[in-house]
Amino acid sequence: MNQLQLLGAIEIGLIYSLVAIGVYITFKIIDFPDLTVDGSFTLGASVSSAMIFAGHDPYFSTFVAIIAGGLAGAITGYLNVRWNILGLLAGILTMTALYSVNLRIMGRPNIAIIDSSTVFGSWDIIISILAVTVITILLLTRFFASEFGLGIRAVGINPKVSSAYGIKVGAMKIVALSISNGIVALAGSLFAQSQGFADISMGTGTIIVGLASVIIGEALVHPERIWVSLLTCAVGSILYRIAIAFALNAHDIGLEASDLNLITALLVALTMIATKFRKKSEVRTI
Amino acid sequence: MIELKNLNVIFNKGTKLENHVLKDIDFKVMDGQFVTIIGGNGAGKSTLMNVLSGNIKPTSGNVFIDNADVTRMSVEGRSGMVSRVFQDPMIGTFADFSIEENMSIALKRGAKRGLTMGINNASRGQFKDALSEIGIGLEDRLTDKVSSLSGGQRQALSLVMATLLGSKILLLDEHTAALDPKIAKKIMQLTDKIVKTHNLTALMITHSMSQALEYGDRTIMMYHGKIVRDMYGQERKKLSSADLIKYFDL
Repeated sequence: MNQLQLLGAIEIGLIYSLVAIGVYITFKIIDFPDLTVDGSFTLGASVSSAMIFAGHDPYFSTFVAIIAGGLAGAITGYLNVRWNILGLLAGILTMTALYSVNLRIMGRPNIAIIDSSTVFGSWDIIISILAVTVITILLLTRFFASEFGLGIRAVGINPKVSSAYGIKVGAMKIVALSISNGIVALAGSLFAQSQGFADISMGTGTIIVGLASVIIGEALVHPERIWVSLLTCAVGSILYRIAIAFALNAHDIGLEASDLNLITALLVALTMIATKFRKKSEVRTI
Repeated sequence: MIELKNLNVIFNKGTKLENHVLKDIDFKVMDGQFVTIIGGNGAGKSTLMNVLSGNIKPTSGNVFIDNADVTRMSVEGRSGMVSRVFQDPMIGTFADFSIEENMSIALKRGAKRGLTMGINNASRGQFKDALSEIGIGLEDRLTDKVSSLSGGQRQALSLVMATLLGSKILLLDEHTAALDPKIAKKIMQLTDKIVKTHNLTALMITHSMSQALEYGDRTIMMYHGKIVRDMYGQERKKLSSADLIKYFDL
């Protein structure tokens, strides 16, 4: 692997660290397996690309993309909370609907914005995204330490007791899903702007990549504090990309770029099995 | 004052599994009263408590708290008036939270939660004061995770959390049943102390006849969805556990 590939892996890893943070909020904080992200990642990309392509300000376009992602998350939450639709299914429904919505937004399966001005302007992409990730982690850390944020975390730990203390469980879920999908849409938007295009199928597998990052991060350290957890997501994401780049570079194994999803699924499955083994051995020693 | 008027709870109404759990309950609890509830399994004790907390909506009849009709109010909606200690110490607190995080959730019971920090130096002081009242050293372990506490410690914390703010009624649902006798007694004494110092109105379900008579100032007995005995004052003072057990032979 050469330096260019490594830098490329770090860049993509940093963008996807936002996805990992989003996935962490739903899967870990409120214990909601949200599959909306496959759609909201593409939504973020298509909204900002379509707007930038039409000549809108890239900052404003990115902002609209975040809001759109947040709305997508809120819809999943609403379906689950108001109509009792299984969380997993609610996410799949929104994701499926978003495929059509994204095609409508772009008007075609892909848009190139390689010649348009983006939020990155003349700044270094890696440093810019690193700054965005750090700011996101700081903001979320502060948010989850607030009375409201503690309420959201409480819902994930113990919904029954949460409502006994006046926390609106349903509303908290919807807010958390909005925040999560807003952040994922931001990742999609930054991805499109750094790579110079948006494509209808770019979101496929986003959820599993995000989950892989979360799991890799957690396997390395056992985070106690929320900011460490969020940071581990980011680190997990970068490590995941580097690992993938290595795997695809080892030509002797005969892997191709199209094997990415298989490798990822295996990686997630193996890491999960490994943590089960570790838990078992811990129980035995007691 | 808590008042239940002509209250009925029927599960699976109109089906083969229809179960009339509470039947025409009329029940009043005066401010400052500490009522213990006894009765066999399936008598409706827990349902009665769940109706008060809002977890179960009655099929008919009304629930009043200080003359306000709260029958249709959600659990969250009435959380400012009703506080509760659950039976299972493992589920009554937030296990993955630290003690201070648990306390900060309790500090906002029934109130609006904003974006200000959930824990600050002022609230920490308040948590320490409340925790030192029970004297088991939890005040020095504010940042410890609740999952590292024993069942008794968790139940004590749960009690402090439920009583951190005032409430119209404190619901104790067999909150010492899962503890060993020694710890159960200690938690019961703490409960009694807190109820007395804060002059709380409380309702406690218990399967221990001695507990039912030793604590509180009124005991009701439920059977098949009805309150079959209501004991207080001199009459109650004369009763022994053996007498109560005799009442079970209906």
